[in-house]
Amino acid sequence: MITLVHLQVLSAGLFCIGLYGVLARRSAVLILLAIELMLNAVNVNLVGLAAFVDNGQFMGQIIAIFVITVAAAEVGLALAIILRLYRNRGSVNVDQLNMMKW
Amino acid sequence: MTSLVLFYLAGTLTLGGAVGVVGTRNIVHAALFLLASLMGVAGIYLLVFAEFLALVQVLIYGGAIVIVVLFALMLTRLQEFRGSMENRQWPVAVVAAVVLFGVIAAAIVRTGTPAGLERQGPGVQDIGTALFTQWAIPFEVASVLLLVALIGAIVIARAGGRD
Repeated sequence: MITLVHLQVLSAGLFCIGLYGVLARRSAVLILLAIELMLNAVNVNLVGLAAFVDNGQFMGQIIAIFVITVAAAEVGLALAIILRLYRNRGSVNVDQLNMMKW
Repeated sequence: MTSLVLFYLAGTLTLGGAVGVVGTRNIVHAALFLLASLMGVAGIYLLVFAEFLALVQVLIYGGAIVIVVLFALMLTRLQEFRGSMENRQWPVAVVAAVVLFGVIAAAIVRTGTPAGLERQGPGVQDIGTALFTQWAIPFEVASVLLLVALIGAIVIARAGGRD
């Protein structure tokens, strides 16, 4: 039988793998993919809590739907920014994006 | 018992795909690993009776987000990473991720499962009713957010314009 602990440990593992990706990768596109992993970890946690704790209120599932909506908007905007960056700078390496530093 | 076996299968797909996303050197492979990981998450949603979310996951992530990422990869030809795909701080990132996982997992296991848990899932009809009655205003705000993101993405990515 699946318990809440299973889901929460899975969610924590997914979140930490995403965290490693965000911290260690050099390509902006790969950082974006790792952020998607982290958002999915949050969704797994929300859905698990909605299924096991929240007595038939399923508020977690509704919030997960909104998280997916915001993730879709975020991916669209971020990829537009990355395209623009590639066109202006010829690179999506985040180590080289230091024009706002002084 | 069957559900536990299926859970471990879906969890292996999810975590294996996630490791592939952060580990592979090929960016197109990373996008396809992300697809595998997201489908594993959809399987987990099915196992906890969140079938509407499983459907949304397959449609939006599998059908939309991964395709958009692949399009962006085609438009930005990425042969520029000759050396390492990771930056200099990757050992710190490993330590941070492992320590965070240890802390969270210890907290979860120490808390344990509260007694009297019941697996219960609402039907698709319940979710629809709640979304259009109790959650109507957040729903409308989300639609405005999507419209703003759509227009913003078009304006930012448009060819020409003021550079």
